[in-house]
Amino acid sequence: MTCSHSSPATSQRPWLISFSGVVKCYPGGQEALKGVSFSIGPGEFAFIAGHSGAGKSTLLKLIPAIERPSAGAILVNGQNVGSLKRHALPYLRRNLGLVFQDQKLLYDRSVYDNVMLPLAFGELGAREAAGRARAALEKVGLLAREKANPTQLSGGEQQRLAIARAVVNRPSVLIADEPTANLDADSAASILEIFAAFNQVGVTVLVATHDEALIGRFATLVLRLAKGSLVE
Amino acid sequence: MRTWLRQHRQAIAAAFGKLAAQKSAALLNALVIGIALSLPAGGYAVLFSLRQVTLGATLEPQLSVFLRAEAKRAEADALGARLKGDARVGEARFVSREQALKELQATEGLAEVVAALNRNPLPDAFVVRPKAAPGADGASLDALARDLRALPGVAHVQVDSAWARRLGALAGTARLAVALLAALLAFGLVAITFNTIRLQILTQRAEIEISKLIGATDAFIRRPFFYLGALQGLTGGLLALAILGGSLAALNVGVAELAASYGSGFRLTFLAPGDALAVVLFSAGLGWFGAYLSVSRYLLEIEPK
Repeated sequence: MTCSHSSPATSQRPWLISFSGVVKCYPGGQEALKGVSFSIGPGEFAFIAGHSGAGKSTLLKLIPAIERPSAGAILVNGQNVGSLKRHALPYLRRNLGLVFQDQKLLYDRSVYDNVMLPLAFGELGAREAAGRARAALEKVGLLAREKANPTQLSGGEQQRLAIARAVVNRPSVLIADEPTANLDADSAASILEIFAAFNQVGVTVLVATHDEALIGRFATLVLRLAKGSLVE
Repeated sequence: MRTWLRQHRQAIAAAFGKLAAQKSAALLNALVIGIALSLPAGGYAVLFSLRQVTLGATLEPQLSVFLRAEAKRAEADALGARLKGDARVGEARFVSREQALKELQATEGLAEVVAALNRNPLPDAFVVRPKAAPGADGASLDALARDLRALPGVAHVQVDSAWARRLGALAGTARLAVALLAALLAFGLVAITFNTIRLQILTQRAEIEISKLIGATDAFIRRPFFYLGALQGLTGGLLALAILGGSLAALNVGVAELAASYGSGFRLTFLAPGDALAVVLFSAGLGWFGAYLSVSRYLLEIEPK
Protein backbone atom coordinates (compact mmCIF):
# COMPACT_ATOMS: atom_id res chain seq x y z
CA MET A 1 0.00 0.00 0.00
CA THR A 2 2.01 2.95 -1.22
CA CYS A 3 1.26 6.28 -2.81
CA SER A 4 3.29 7.56 -5.72
CA HIS A 5 2.15 11.16 -5.21
CA SER A 6 3.70 11.58 -1.80
CA SER A 7 7.23 11.90 -0.57
CA PRO A 8 8.61 10.86 2.82
CA ALA A 9 8.86 13.45 5.55
CA THR A 10 12.35 14.78 6.12
CA SER A 11 13.80 15.65 9.48
CA GLN A 12 15.67 18.83 8.52
CA ARG A 13 13.56 20.94 10.93
CA PRO A 14 11.56 20.25 14.10
CA TRP A 15 8.30 19.11 12.53
CA LEU A 16 5.26 19.38 14.76
CA ILE A 17 3.20 16.98 12.70
CA SER A 18 4.73 14.46 10.38
CA PHE A 19 3.01 11.79 8.23
CA SER A 20 5.19 9.16 6.65
CA GLY A 21 3.68 6.69 4.17
CA VAL A 22 0.38 6.70 6.03
CA VAL A 23 -2.27 4.32 4.77
CA LYS A 24 -5.74 4.04 6.17
CA CYS A 25 -8.05 1.23 5.20
CA TYR A 26 -11.54 0.99 6.65
CA PRO A 27 -13.25 -2.33 7.28
CA GLY A 28 -14.57 -3.57 3.96
CA GLY A 29 -11.34 -2.65 2.17
CA GLN A 30 -12.06 1.00 1.42
CA GLU A 31 -8.68 2.74 1.18
CA ALA A 32 -9.18 6.28 2.51
CA LEU A 33 -5.50 7.29 2.51
CA LYS A 34 -2.87 5.81 0.23
CA GLY A 35 0.63 6.30 1.57
CA VAL A 36 0.39 9.97 2.52
CA SER A 37 3.55 11.77 3.64
CA PHE A 38 3.93 15.41 4.66
CA SER A 39 5.23 17.53 7.48
CA ILE A 40 4.00 20.68 9.19
CA GLY A 41 6.30 22.83 11.25
CA PRO A 42 5.51 24.86 14.36
CA GLY A 43 3.56 28.05 13.70
CA GLU A 44 2.37 27.11 10.21
CA PHE A 45 -1.14 27.78 8.92
CA ALA A 46 -1.89 24.81 6.70
CA PHE A 47 -4.96 23.83 4.73
CA ILE A 48 -5.93 20.37 3.65
CA ALA A 49 -7.96 20.85 0.52
CA GLY A 50 -9.91 18.42 -1.57
CA HIS A 51 -13.34 17.37 -2.66
CA SER A 52 -15.75 15.45 -0.52
CA GLY A 53 -14.44 11.91 -0.02
CA ALA A 54 -10.83 12.86 -0.76
CA GLY A 55 -9.72 11.71 2.70
CA LYS A 56 -9.44 15.08 4.51
CA SER A 57 -11.48 14.07 7.57
CA THR A 58 -9.72 10.72 7.82
CA LEU A 59 -6.36 12.48 7.75
CA LEU A 60 -7.39 14.86 10.52
CA LYS A 61 -8.83 12.04 12.65
CA LEU A 62 -5.51 10.24 12.55
CA ILE A 63 -3.71 13.09 14.34
CA PRO A 64 -5.62 12.81 17.67
CA ALA A 65 -5.83 9.02 17.17
CA ILE A 66 -9.59 9.02 16.69
CA GLU A 67 -8.64 6.65 13.88
CA ARG A 68 -5.48 4.53 13.78
CA PRO A 69 -3.34 4.20 10.63
CA SER A 70 -3.30 0.87 8.82
CA ALA A 71 0.33 1.48 7.85
CA GLY A 72 2.92 4.24 8.09
CA ALA A 73 3.96 6.55 10.92
CA ILE A 74 2.37 9.67 12.34
CA LEU A 75 4.49 11.80 14.61
CA VAL A 76 2.96 14.59 16.68
CA ASN A 77 5.46 16.52 18.77
CA GLY A 78 7.84 13.59 18.35
CA GLN A 79 5.30 11.04 19.59
CA ASN A 80 4.34 8.16 17.33
CA VAL A 81 0.57 8.48 17.53
CA GLY A 82 -0.10 5.12 15.90
CA SER A 83 1.62 3.22 18.68
CA LEU A 84 0.17 5.18 21.60
CA LYS A 85 -1.64 3.07 24.19
CA ARG A 86 -5.25 3.86 25.02
CA HIS A 87 -4.40 5.40 28.40
CA ALA A 88 -1.96 7.84 26.75
CA LEU A 89 -4.48 9.25 24.28
CA PRO A 90 -6.12 11.82 26.62
CA TYR A 91 -2.75 13.49 27.21
CA LEU A 92 -2.11 13.69 23.44
CA ARG A 93 -5.56 15.17 22.84
CA ARG A 94 -5.14 17.82 25.53
CA ASN A 95 -2.30 19.28 23.45
CA LEU A 96 -4.49 19.44 20.36
CA GLY A 97 -7.37 21.86 19.90
CA LEU A 98 -10.06 20.09 17.88
CA VAL A 99 -12.85 21.88 16.02
CA PHE A 100 -15.47 19.94 14.10
CA GLN A 101 -17.95 20.82 11.41
CA ASP A 102 -20.80 19.81 13.75
CA GLN A 103 -19.15 21.61 16.71
CA LYS A 104 -19.85 18.76 19.15
CA LEU A 105 -21.14 21.05 21.89
CA LEU A 106 -23.07 20.06 25.00
CA TYR A 107 -26.48 21.59 24.49
CA ASP A 108 -27.65 21.04 28.06
CA ARG A 109 -24.84 23.26 29.40
CA SER A 110 -24.20 26.98 29.16
CA VAL A 111 -21.65 28.54 26.84
CA TYR A 112 -19.35 29.02 29.84
CA ASP A 113 -19.71 25.40 31.00
CA ASN A 114 -18.87 24.14 27.52
CA VAL A 115 -15.60 26.06 27.58
CA MET A 116 -14.89 24.90 31.14
CA LEU A 117 -15.21 21.23 30.16
CA PRO A 118 -11.57 20.68 29.05
CA LEU A 119 -10.36 22.47 32.18
CA ALA A 120 -12.29 20.12 34.48
CA PHE A 121 -9.70 17.38 34.08
CA GLY A 122 -6.71 19.69 33.98
CA GLU A 123 -4.46 20.86 36.75
CA LEU A 124 -5.79 24.41 37.09
CA GLY A 125 -7.52 25.65 40.22
CA ALA A 126 -11.12 26.86 40.01
CA ARG A 127 -10.27 30.58 39.87
CA GLU A 128 -7.55 30.19 37.25
CA ALA A 129 -9.75 27.90 35.16
CA ALA A 130 -12.61 30.40 35.26
CA GLY A 131 -10.23 33.16 34.17
CA ARG A 132 -8.89 30.99 31.35
CA ALA A 133 -12.43 30.15 30.14
CA ARG A 134 -13.50 33.79 30.11
CA ALA A 135 -10.32 34.82 28.29
CA ALA A 136 -11.04 32.20 25.61
CA LEU A 137 -14.62 33.39 25.28
CA GLU A 138 -13.43 36.98 24.99
CA LYS A 139 -11.03 36.03 22.20
CA VAL A 140 -13.86 34.61 20.12
CA GLY A 141 -16.25 37.45 21.05
CA LEU A 142 -18.66 35.40 23.15
CA LEU A 143 -17.96 36.63 26.66
CA ALA A 144 -21.23 38.54 26.75
CA ARG A 145 -23.09 35.30 25.93
CA GLU A 146 -21.40 33.11 28.55
CA LYS A 147 -24.67 32.32 30.33
CA ALA A 148 -26.55 31.54 27.15
CA ASN A 149 -27.34 28.04 26.00
CA PRO A 150 -25.55 26.96 22.80
CA THR A 151 -28.95 26.47 21.15
CA GLN A 152 -29.48 30.24 21.50
CA LEU A 153 -26.38 30.94 19.39
CA SER A 154 -26.17 31.28 15.61
CA GLY A 155 -24.21 28.73 13.56
CA GLY A 156 -21.19 31.05 13.42
CA GLU A 157 -21.35 31.71 17.16
CA GLN A 158 -21.57 28.00 17.89
CA GLN A 159 -18.45 27.46 15.80
CA ARG A 160 -16.70 30.26 17.70
CA LEU A 161 -17.73 28.57 20.94
CA ALA A 162 -16.21 25.32 19.67
CA ILE A 163 -13.00 27.23 18.93
CA ALA A 164 -12.98 28.76 22.42
CA ARG A 165 -13.29 25.26 23.90
CA ALA A 166 -10.51 24.03 21.61
CA VAL A 167 -8.05 26.75 22.61
CA VAL A 168 -8.85 27.05 26.32
CA ASN A 169 -6.16 24.50 27.19
CA ARG A 170 -3.66 26.53 25.11
CA PRO A 171 -2.82 23.72 22.67
CA SER A 172 0.18 23.92 20.37
CA VAL A 173 -1.92 22.75 17.42
CA LEU A 174 -5.42 23.73 16.34
CA ILE A 175 -7.09 21.22 14.03
CA ALA A 176 -10.38 22.06 12.33
CA ASP A 177 -12.42 19.83 10.06
CA GLU A 178 -14.58 21.87 7.66
CA PRO A 179 -15.26 24.51 10.35
CA THR A 180 -16.98 26.84 7.87
CA ALA A 181 -18.98 24.29 5.91
CA ASN A 182 -22.38 25.39 7.22
CA LEU A 183 -21.64 29.09 7.50
CA ASP A 184 -22.27 32.07 5.26
CA ALA A 185 -19.26 33.82 3.73
CA ASP A 186 -18.97 36.52 6.41
CA SER A 187 -19.21 34.05 9.29
CA ALA A 188 -16.72 31.77 7.55
CA ALA A 189 -14.27 34.63 7.12
CA SER A 190 -14.64 35.63 10.78
CA ILE A 191 -13.90 32.06 11.87
CA LEU A 192 -10.75 32.00 9.74
CA GLU A 193 -9.76 35.41 11.16
CA ILE A 194 -9.88 33.86 14.61
CA PHE A 195 -7.69 30.97 13.46
CA ALA A 196 -5.27 33.46 11.92
CA ALA A 197 -5.12 35.39 15.20
CA PHE A 198 -4.17 32.23 17.10
CA ASN A 199 -1.67 31.36 14.40
CA GLN A 200 -0.03 34.76 14.82
CA VAL A 201 0.69 33.99 18.47
CA GLY A 202 2.43 30.74 17.51
CA VAL A 203 -0.35 28.17 17.37
CA THR A 204 -0.02 25.77 14.46
CA VAL A 205 -3.31 25.67 12.56
CA LEU A 206 -4.44 22.84 10.30
CA VAL A 207 -7.79 23.29 8.57
CA ALA A 208 -9.56 20.91 6.24
CA THR A 209 -11.80 22.70 3.76
CA HIS A 210 -13.09 22.62 0.22
CA ASP A 211 -13.53 26.41 0.13
CA GLU A 212 -10.84 27.62 -2.30
CA ALA A 213 -11.58 31.29 -1.59
CA LEU A 214 -10.62 30.88 2.05
CA ILE A 215 -7.47 28.96 1.18
CA GLY A 216 -6.19 31.73 -1.02
CA ARG A 217 -6.70 34.29 1.71
CA PHE A 218 -5.10 32.60 4.70
CA ALA A 219 -2.90 29.63 3.83
CA THR A 220 0.85 29.40 4.09
CA LEU A 221 0.79 25.71 3.19
CA VAL A 222 -1.78 23.78 1.16
CA LEU A 223 -1.97 19.99 1.05
CA ARG A 224 -4.30 18.82 -1.68
CA LEU A 225 -5.87 15.43 -1.36
CA ALA A 226 -7.57 13.51 -4.15
CA LYS A 227 -8.87 9.99 -3.69
CA GLY A 228 -6.69 9.43 -0.64
CA SER A 229 -3.42 10.69 -2.10
CA LEU A 230 -1.60 14.00 -1.83
CA VAL A 231 -1.52 15.75 -5.17
CA GLU A 232 0.25 18.98 -4.23
CA MET B 1 -3.28 15.60 45.10
CA ARG B 2 -5.33 18.81 45.16
CA THR B 3 -6.36 18.24 41.55
CA TRP B 4 -7.32 14.65 42.36
CA LEU B 5 -9.43 15.75 45.33
CA ARG B 6 -11.04 18.52 43.27
CA GLN B 7 -11.94 16.01 40.56
CA HIS B 8 -13.50 13.70 43.15
CA ARG B 9 -15.48 16.62 44.57
CA GLN B 10 -16.67 17.42 41.06
CA ALA B 11 -17.59 13.78 40.45
CA ILE B 12 -19.60 13.62 43.69
CA ALA B 13 -21.34 16.89 42.79
CA ALA B 14 -22.07 15.51 39.31
CA ALA B 15 -23.51 12.33 40.82
CA PHE B 16 -25.76 14.34 43.14
CA GLY B 17 -26.75 16.46 40.15
CA LYS B 18 -27.76 13.38 38.19
CA LEU B 19 -29.81 12.08 41.12
CA ALA B 20 -31.50 15.44 41.51
CA ALA B 21 -32.21 15.63 37.80
CA GLN B 22 -34.09 12.32 37.92
CA LYS B 23 -35.67 12.48 41.36
CA SER B 24 -38.58 10.14 40.68
CA ALA B 25 -36.55 7.44 38.93
CA ALA B 26 -33.76 7.67 41.50
CA LEU B 27 -36.24 7.43 44.37
CA LEU B 28 -37.97 4.44 42.82
CA ASN B 29 -34.64 2.66 42.32
CA ALA B 30 -33.59 3.41 45.89
CA LEU B 31 -36.98 2.19 47.12
CA VAL B 32 -36.62 -1.10 45.25
CA ILE B 33 -33.15 -1.54 46.74
CA GLY B 34 -34.44 -0.52 50.17
CA ILE B 35 -37.28 -3.05 50.10
CA ALA B 36 -34.96 -5.78 48.82
CA LEU B 37 -32.40 -5.08 51.54
CA SER B 38 -34.96 -4.72 54.30
CA LEU B 39 -35.93 -8.40 53.92
CA PRO B 40 -32.58 -9.94 54.93
CA ALA B 41 -31.94 -7.07 57.36
CA GLY B 42 -35.33 -7.76 58.95
CA GLY B 43 -34.59 -11.49 59.08
CA TYR B 44 -31.32 -10.72 60.77
CA ALA B 45 -33.00 -8.40 63.29
CA VAL B 46 -35.59 -11.06 64.19
CA LEU B 47 -32.91 -13.73 64.58
CA PHE B 48 -30.82 -11.37 66.66
CA SER B 49 -33.80 -10.74 68.94
CA LEU B 50 -34.52 -14.47 69.25
CA ARG B 51 -30.87 -15.12 69.98
CA GLN B 52 -31.21 -13.03 73.10
CA VAL B 53 -33.90 -15.49 74.21
CA THR B 54 -31.97 -18.64 73.38
CA LEU B 55 -28.84 -17.25 75.03
CA GLY B 56 -30.81 -17.17 78.29
CA ALA B 57 -31.46 -20.90 77.98
CA THR B 58 -28.60 -23.32 78.31
CA LEU B 59 -27.90 -25.39 75.22
CA GLU B 60 -25.73 -27.79 77.23
CA PRO B 61 -27.50 -31.17 77.61
CA GLN B 62 -28.67 -31.75 81.16
CA LEU B 63 -30.92 -34.18 82.99
CA SER B 64 -33.32 -33.59 85.85
CA VAL B 65 -33.44 -36.57 88.18
CA PHE B 66 -36.60 -36.42 90.35
CA LEU B 67 -36.73 -38.50 93.51
CA ARG B 68 -39.83 -40.22 94.80
CA ALA B 69 -42.02 -37.86 96.84
CA GLU B 70 -41.63 -39.99 99.94
CA ALA B 71 -37.84 -40.27 99.57
CA LYS B 72 -35.88 -39.39 102.71
CA ARG B 73 -32.91 -37.03 102.77
CA ALA B 74 -30.59 -40.00 103.44
CA GLU B 75 -31.74 -41.60 100.19
CA ALA B 76 -31.06 -38.33 98.42
CA ASP B 77 -27.55 -38.15 99.88
CA ALA B 78 -26.89 -41.73 98.81
CA LEU B 79 -28.10 -41.01 95.31
CA GLY B 80 -25.93 -37.90 95.20
CA ALA B 81 -22.89 -39.95 96.12
CA ARG B 82 -23.65 -42.50 93.40
CA LEU B 83 -24.10 -39.78 90.83
CA LYS B 84 -20.79 -38.16 91.73
CA GLY B 85 -19.17 -41.55 91.45
CA ASP B 86 -20.48 -42.10 87.93
CA ALA B 87 -17.73 -41.40 85.40
CA ARG B 88 -20.26 -40.10 82.88
CA VAL B 89 -21.53 -37.37 85.24
CA GLY B 90 -19.73 -34.05 85.16
CA GLU B 91 -21.80 -32.25 87.79
CA ALA B 92 -24.76 -33.19 89.96
CA ARG B 93 -26.48 -30.31 91.73
CA PHE B 94 -29.05 -31.08 94.42
CA VAL B 95 -32.25 -29.05 94.35
CA SER B 96 -34.31 -29.61 97.48
CA ARG B 97 -38.10 -29.64 97.26
CA GLU B 98 -38.19 -26.43 99.36
CA GLN B 99 -35.82 -24.67 96.97
CA ALA B 100 -37.82 -25.89 93.96
CA LEU B 101 -41.00 -24.50 95.49
CA LYS B 102 -39.33 -21.13 96.07
CA GLU B 103 -38.21 -21.04 92.42
CA LEU B 104 -41.74 -21.91 91.31
CA GLN B 105 -43.17 -19.14 93.48
CA ALA B 106 -40.78 -16.70 91.85
CA THR B 107 -42.08 -17.61 88.41
CA GLU B 108 -44.35 -14.92 86.93
CA GLY B 109 -48.05 -15.78 87.33
CA LEU B 110 -47.53 -18.91 89.47
CA ALA B 111 -47.18 -17.30 92.90
CA GLU B 112 -50.92 -17.40 93.51
CA VAL B 113 -51.20 -21.00 92.34
CA VAL B 114 -48.39 -22.07 94.68
CA ALA B 115 -49.94 -20.14 97.59
CA ALA B 116 -53.18 -22.03 97.06
CA LEU B 117 -51.48 -25.39 97.60
CA ASN B 118 -51.94 -27.14 100.92
CA ARG B 119 -48.56 -28.83 100.78
CA ASN B 120 -45.39 -28.83 98.69
CA PRO B 121 -46.05 -31.27 95.83
CA LEU B 122 -42.51 -31.04 94.46
CA PRO B 123 -39.95 -33.78 94.99
CA ASP B 124 -36.24 -33.42 95.72
CA ALA B 125 -34.20 -33.51 92.54
CA PHE B 126 -30.72 -33.55 91.08
CA VAL B 127 -29.75 -31.51 88.04
CA VAL B 128 -27.16 -33.62 86.28
CA ARG B 129 -24.80 -32.28 83.65
CA PRO B 130 -23.03 -35.11 81.79
CA LYS B 131 -19.30 -34.90 81.15
CA ALA B 132 -18.59 -33.41 77.74
CA ALA B 133 -17.02 -36.48 76.15
CA PRO B 134 -15.78 -36.32 72.56
CA GLY B 135 -18.33 -37.98 70.35
CA ALA B 136 -21.02 -37.70 73.01
CA ASP B 137 -24.40 -37.73 71.31
CA GLY B 138 -28.09 -38.15 71.97
CA ALA B 139 -27.75 -41.94 72.28
CA SER B 140 -25.22 -41.74 75.14
CA LEU B 141 -27.45 -39.18 76.87
CA ASP B 142 -30.42 -41.51 76.53
CA ALA B 143 -28.32 -44.39 77.91
CA LEU B 144 -27.34 -42.30 80.95
CA ALA B 145 -30.98 -41.35 81.51
CA ARG B 146 -32.01 -45.02 81.35
CA ASP B 147 -29.37 -46.01 83.90
CA LEU B 148 -30.36 -43.16 86.21
CA ARG B 149 -34.01 -44.22 86.08
CA ALA B 150 -32.97 -47.63 87.42
CA LEU B 151 -31.32 -46.17 90.53
CA PRO B 152 -33.13 -46.63 93.85
CA GLY B 153 -35.28 -43.70 94.95
CA VAL B 154 -35.53 -42.21 91.44
CA ALA B 155 -39.07 -41.55 90.27
CA HIS B 156 -38.48 -39.81 86.95
CA VAL B 157 -35.60 -38.65 84.73
CA GLN B 158 -36.15 -35.83 82.28
CA VAL B 159 -33.71 -34.95 79.52
CA ASP B 160 -33.71 -31.15 79.51
CA SER B 161 -32.41 -28.66 76.93
CA ALA B 162 -33.56 -30.73 73.98
CA TRP B 163 -35.95 -27.93 73.09
CA ALA B 164 -33.15 -25.39 73.34
CA ARG B 165 -30.99 -27.48 71.04
CA ARG B 166 -33.85 -27.73 68.59
CA LEU B 167 -34.37 -23.97 68.75
CA GLY B 168 -30.64 -23.47 68.24
CA ALA B 169 -30.68 -25.74 65.19
CA LEU B 170 -33.73 -23.94 63.86
CA ALA B 171 -32.05 -20.57 64.39
CA GLY B 172 -28.95 -21.86 62.56
CA THR B 173 -31.08 -22.90 59.59
CA ALA B 174 -32.88 -19.55 59.65
CA ARG B 175 -29.53 -17.73 59.74
CA LEU B 176 -28.41 -19.68 56.68
CA ALA B 177 -31.70 -18.86 54.93
CA VAL B 178 -31.21 -15.15 55.71
CA ALA B 179 -27.63 -15.28 54.41
CA LEU B 180 -28.82 -16.96 51.19
CA LEU B 181 -31.60 -14.40 50.81
CA ALA B 182 -29.09 -11.58 51.39
CA ALA B 183 -26.75 -13.03 48.75
CA LEU B 184 -29.59 -13.37 46.22
CA LEU B 185 -30.88 -9.87 46.86
CA ALA B 186 -27.32 -8.51 46.68
CA PHE B 187 -27.19 -9.86 43.13
CA GLY B 188 -30.49 -8.09 42.52
CA LEU B 189 -29.09 -4.83 43.87
CA VAL B 190 -26.02 -5.12 41.63
CA ALA B 191 -28.30 -5.81 38.65
CA ILE B 192 -30.48 -2.76 39.42
CA THR B 193 -27.44 -0.48 39.67
CA PHE B 194 -25.88 -2.05 36.59
CA ASN B 195 -28.98 -1.22 34.57
CA THR B 196 -29.37 2.30 35.99
CA ILE B 197 -25.78 3.15 35.15
CA ARG B 198 -26.12 1.56 31.71
CA LEU B 199 -29.05 3.86 30.98
CA GLN B 200 -27.12 6.85 32.32
CA ILE B 201 -24.16 6.01 30.08
CA LEU B 202 -26.42 5.71 27.06
CA THR B 203 -28.12 9.02 27.94
CA GLN B 204 -24.76 10.72 28.24
CA ARG B 205 -23.22 9.08 25.21
CA ALA B 206 -22.60 12.41 23.43
CA GLU B 207 -21.04 13.98 26.51
CA ILE B 208 -18.76 10.98 27.03
CA GLU B 209 -17.72 11.04 23.38
CA ILE B 210 -16.93 14.76 23.52
CA SER B 211 -15.08 14.40 26.82
CA LYS B 212 -12.90 11.69 25.34
CA LEU B 213 -12.24 13.87 22.28
CA ILE B 214 -10.97 16.76 24.33
CA GLY B 215 -8.71 14.75 26.59
CA ALA B 216 -10.70 13.32 29.50
CA THR B 217 -9.21 10.14 30.91
CA ASP B 218 -11.31 7.01 31.39
CA ALA B 219 -10.95 7.44 35.16
CA PHE B 220 -12.34 10.97 34.96
CA ILE B 221 -15.34 9.81 32.93
CA ARG B 222 -15.97 6.74 35.10
CA ARG B 223 -15.83 8.50 38.46
CA PRO B 224 -19.28 10.19 38.49
CA PHE B 225 -20.91 6.88 37.52
CA PHE B 226 -19.18 5.09 40.41
CA TYR B 227 -20.38 7.74 42.82
CA LEU B 228 -23.86 7.58 41.33
CA GLY B 229 -23.99 3.81 41.88
CA ALA B 230 -22.67 4.17 45.42
CA LEU B 231 -25.12 6.98 46.21
CA GLN B 232 -28.01 4.93 44.89
CA GLY B 233 -26.91 2.00 47.05
CA LEU B 234 -26.43 4.29 50.04
CA THR B 235 -29.90 5.77 49.66
CA GLY B 236 -31.32 2.26 49.27
CA GLY B 237 -29.51 1.16 52.43
CA LEU B 238 -30.89 4.09 54.41
CA LEU B 239 -34.38 3.38 53.11
CA ALA B 240 -33.96 -0.29 54.10
CA LEU B 241 -33.19 0.81 57.67
CA ALA B 242 -36.20 3.13 57.67
CA ILE B 243 -38.46 0.33 56.38
CA LEU B 244 -37.03 -2.06 58.97
CA GLY B 245 -37.46 0.42 61.81
CA GLY B 246 -41.06 1.11 60.83
CA SER B 247 -41.87 -2.58 60.38
CA LEU B 248 -40.35 -3.58 63.73
CA ALA B 249 -42.21 -0.79 65.51
CA ALA B 250 -45.48 -2.00 63.97
CA LEU B 251 -44.74 -5.68 64.74
CA ASN B 252 -43.69 -4.93 68.31
CA VAL B 253 -47.22 -3.83 69.18
CA GLY B 254 -48.44 -7.40 68.64
CA VAL B 255 -45.23 -9.03 69.89
CA ALA B 256 -45.37 -7.09 73.17
CA GLU B 257 -48.94 -8.22 73.73
CA LEU B 258 -48.08 -11.84 73.00
CA ALA B 259 -44.94 -11.75 75.15
CA ALA B 260 -46.84 -10.16 78.05
CA SER B 261 -49.30 -13.08 78.03
CA TYR B 262 -46.27 -15.33 78.71
CA GLY B 263 -45.01 -12.96 81.38
CA SER B 264 -42.14 -11.82 79.20
CA GLY B 265 -40.98 -8.40 78.16
CA PHE B 266 -39.63 -9.70 74.84
CA ARG B 267 -39.44 -7.20 71.95
CA LEU B 268 -37.99 -7.38 68.45
CA THR B 269 -34.95 -5.13 68.57
CA PHE B 270 -33.56 -2.91 65.81
CA LEU B 271 -30.09 -3.61 64.47
CA ALA B 272 -27.12 -2.60 66.60
CA PRO B 273 -25.48 0.65 65.35
CA GLY B 274 -22.55 -1.30 63.90
CA ASP B 275 -24.88 -3.67 62.04
CA ALA B 276 -27.00 -0.78 60.74
CA LEU B 277 -23.86 0.96 59.48
CA ALA B 278 -22.75 -2.31 57.87
CA VAL B 279 -26.09 -2.55 55.99
CA VAL B 280 -25.67 0.98 54.60
CA LEU B 281 -22.00 0.48 53.68
CA PHE B 282 -22.71 -2.92 52.16
CA SER B 283 -25.49 -1.41 50.07
CA ALA B 284 -23.28 1.47 48.94
CA GLY B 285 -20.50 -0.99 48.12
CA LEU B 286 -22.82 -3.12 46.02
CA GLY B 287 -24.03 0.01 44.21
CA TRP B 288 -20.43 0.91 43.47
CA PHE B 289 -19.77 -2.64 42.25
CA GLY B 290 -22.82 -2.60 39.97
CA ALA B 291 -21.66 0.71 38.53
CA TYR B 292 -18.15 -0.68 38.06
CA LEU B 293 -19.47 -3.66 36.09
CA SER B 294 -21.70 -1.46 33.95
CA VAL B 295 -19.05 1.15 33.25
CA SER B 296 -16.47 -1.53 32.43
CA ARG B 297 -18.92 -3.10 30.02
CA TYR B 298 -20.31 -0.02 28.24
CA LEU B 299 -17.81 2.82 28.55
CA LEU B 300 -15.20 1.10 26.43
CA GLU B 301 -17.74 0.83 23.62
CA ILE B 302 -18.06 4.60 23.35
CA GLU B 303 -15.28 6.11 21.33
CA PRO B 304 -15.19 9.43 19.48
CA LYS B 305 -15.91 9.23 15.77
